[in-house]
Amino acid sequence: MSENTALLEPGVVPPGAEDVILEMRHITKTFPGVVALDDVSLTVTRGEIHAICGENGAGKSTLMKVLSGVHPYGTYDGEIVFEGAEARFHRINDSEAKGIVIIHQELALSPFLSIAENIFLGNERFDRTHLIDWNRTNAEAQALMARVGLIENPTTPISTIGVGKQQLVEIAKALSKDVKLLILDEPTAALNDNDSEHLLGLLRGLKAQGITCIMISHKLGELMEIADTITVIRDGRTIEAMPGSEATQERLIKDMVGREMSQRYPSRNHPIGEEVFRVEDWTVYHPTQPGRVMIDRASLNVHAGEVVGIAGLMGAGRTELAMSLFGHSYGKNITGRTYIRGEEVALHTVDEAIAHGLAYVSEDRKRYGLNLLTDIKTNITAAGLKKLVGKLFGLVNDNEEIKVAEQYRAALSIKTPTVMAAITKLSGGNQQKVVVAKWLYTDPDILILDEPTRGIDVGAKYEIYTLINQLVEQGKAVIVISSELPEVMGISDRIYTLSFGVVTGEVPIAEATPEKLMNLMTKEKEAVR
Amino acid sequence: MSTTTATPLAAGSSGAAQPQSAFVAYLVENVLRRNGILLAFVVVIIALSVWQKKFLSPSNLTNLVLQYSYVLILALGMLMIIVLAQIDLSVGSVVAFTGAVAAVVVVRHGMPWYLGVAAALITGLAVGAWQGFWVAVVGIPGFIVTLGGQLLFRGLAQLTLNYVSLSPFGGKYYGISNGFIKGWFGGTGFDVFTVVIFAVAVVGYAVAQWRSRAARLKYQQEVAPLPLFILQIVIVAVVAMFYAWRISQNRGLPVILIILAVFIMVYGMVMGRTSFGRGVYAIGGNLLAAQLSGVKTRWITFWAFVNMGFLAGVAGVIFSARMNSAQPAAGVGMELDAIAACFIGGASTTGGIGRIGGAMIGGLIMAVISNGMQLAGLSQGIQPVIKGLILTLAVAFDLWNKRRTSVAA
Repeated sequence: MSENTALLEPGVVPPGAEDVILEMRHITKTFPGVVALDDVSLTVTRGEIHAICGENGAGKSTLMKVLSGVHPYGTYDGEIVFEGAEARFHRINDSEAKGIVIIHQELALSPFLSIAENIFLGNERFDRTHLIDWNRTNAEAQALMARVGLIENPTTPISTIGVGKQQLVEIAKALSKDVKLLILDEPTAALNDNDSEHLLGLLRGLKAQGITCIMISHKLGELMEIADTITVIRDGRTIEAMPGSEATQERLIKDMVGREMSQRYPSRNHPIGEEVFRVEDWTVYHPTQPGRVMIDRASLNVHAGEVVGIAGLMGAGRTELAMSLFGHSYGKNITGRTYIRGEEVALHTVDEAIAHGLAYVSEDRKRYGLNLLTDIKTNITAAGLKKLVGKLFGLVNDNEEIKVAEQYRAALSIKTPTVMAAITKLSGGNQQKVVVAKWLYTDPDILILDEPTRGIDVGAKYEIYTLINQLVEQGKAVIVISSELPEVMGISDRIYTLSFGVVTGEVPIAEATPEKLMNLMTKEKEAVR
Repeated sequence: MSTTTATPLAAGSSGAAQPQSAFVAYLVENVLRRNGILLAFVVVIIALSVWQKKFLSPSNLTNLVLQYSYVLILALGMLMIIVLAQIDLSVGSVVAFTGAVAAVVVVRHGMPWYLGVAAALITGLAVGAWQGFWVAVVGIPGFIVTLGGQLLFRGLAQLTLNYVSLSPFGGKYYGISNGFIKGWFGGTGFDVFTVVIFAVAVVGYAVAQWRSRAARLKYQQEVAPLPLFILQIVIVAVVAMFYAWRISQNRGLPVILIILAVFIMVYGMVMGRTSFGRGVYAIGGNLLAAQLSGVKTRWITFWAFVNMGFLAGVAGVIFSARMNSAQPAAGVGMELDAIAACFIGGASTTGGIGRIGGAMIGGLIMAVISNGMQLAGLSQGIQPVIKGLILTLAVAFDLWNKRRTSVAA
């Protein structure tokens, strides 16, 4: 039976539940103060692609950590049946020995080792003298790379290939371990459309080779396209498991958030005021490569009560533009002028930018946004700490600090029992809210939000959109950078398009269509000037 | 008890918890787990006082302060450097160099003691500014800059002293590390003044703790249960007064103890309650995030090194005063004692974590163990062996304690 299902054509759902490769029964996992998983059950049929979706903090990752032995046997209740036998994994190696391989969202590759070395890391190919056989290593790596469609020299260092290709290396590494059940956590979150398409095609191919996949994703369209079965988890409970063919966007969203969501983008109705911030002829050079222009004579402005979107493809210079404006945090030889309410201002340091009412919510919260060693309150007050410092001795009022943090916890509904908890105990969406809270506490007039909804789920996205609306209703000016066109169009009043560091267009929302924007975003460098 | 459970956070856990179990839970959660190193210190003290009868004698308790104060002073600055994810390997040499400068001023040129102190401190500040420039402005890792500094300032110390020791300082300079305040309020067999100063300090401590607790309650935060709070005050008071009573039977209140207490209080405040201290922790925790939050990372790094130089100058004065001479080989290996104190006290080798209180206890653990071994007359070879083992085991224990109590995300 198992032989047969393994050879089924892609897209053919194995009949019934006769050949179940994995069953997780009544899994309950608690952390002090939080029930992360509450009686979750999951059934995966051999040879299928099984998608798991749910809001941030719903328990998806925890479930996968239980499955792979990161949370060892005995720290949870319930049982795991893998290939007909109860599995008790005490560490990751135990689950890998059975053919379960998990690929995390943050890839676990060693940057200065080659592709081949990474594929066989901890699983080296030896010759008879028990030294590494490099010919065999590279040849076998080449074969595995061919299976995942990665065309590179196996001796290329990992750091020199893009994220999409690194993802393929991870899958090749899993294949080298004779994987039976492959778990992918948000595999396409950091990929562009091309790479995503390739990856999904590859997963279909693996399915045809009899490899079962569990995939966690927020991209609902993608899930419906590829999954044979979709299980929705909410608040640590299984809500529903449905065949992929029966899933609709509305049904999934309803399951995930537990309510009907009539609109994905909340509407707002407010007047747009006077100009608050204007940039003229902004030019930025690469920090280490002399002569490389990253932003070329960019000009833009934003008004009070207005949301301005900046749309651009990967490498267009969106983050570089934002960070260079925010106190010259990026780039060299920066020229151009910045005006706040018509008055020219110099924003040479982050301190000056903050003092002039600018705030920048960065794209990568773990790298640029948070101090992961400390607690929630310290992160919230990190940028606006001056407001808590007493005049007499220059001491921080730590009681007032907790009060402030509690206020933001309530206002942004950050899910935590206490603001004294470690920031790492929060889910991604809640960590993002902490970063936003940090900047709101500086009381800014101009907020630059760089990919504010990356890697967070539909419900949390809606909360962020609602928050943006509240901000502009208070008369603040908001600049949103996003790689998702529907998002830019859903929340902006006006959109600038960016291509190769050049502002190629300014489109009022009434005139914006995806085609028009995409045209402007893909203008070649020669054509724009 | 009603005041103690007035926290909104604890209320949700299990309804009306039994006072008894809440008390025990708080004790385990907040006292034992977070203060593993303090408990280790207490165990070491008890073990030493059983092993060596002389350990708790008035003269030994006085000597402890005199012998190890400079390591504690250095650890104050080193903690800041280590939390920044830097290191300073030069402080031993700077101690020698600043002591040498003081000796030239006081001994060779016969100028007043305070000019010697000022010269040493200014030298320390200049050394710190030199190293801070290379680390913060140019961006060379502190390890490299201060490794160079270790050689550089050792050499300068030797040149300044012309390869021989300069002595004696005598007078008031000598008194910095060897002076006592005694007899102001009289007393027979013991010094009333010493006891009174300690009593005032204990009362001040109790009042400060009470006010902090009241403020936390006002802001509806979790506080220690009242009996535990009182117990804590009583324990501190008993220990402090016992110490005061013992040393008052000897030579009275060491000047150096007052200097040390002031420094510890000031640096505890700087690291725990000022935006400068917050900046230090933010830089060590995530440099990029700190920069993007408007923390002046270079400025803070620069001043942390200047401060380390200053404290090395202070330690240089204290050490040379204690020895009553400046020696070319003074302070060799002292940086390692200061670094060890920080790590035993729970600082992280990768920055971002570490407390002044922890570093002080770490330094005291090293101090009492060295002292105990000297009292027992252990051989020169065995002492570093034991210190090395303690450093490794203390950090291992701390790591184990953190892993045990931390919750996986």
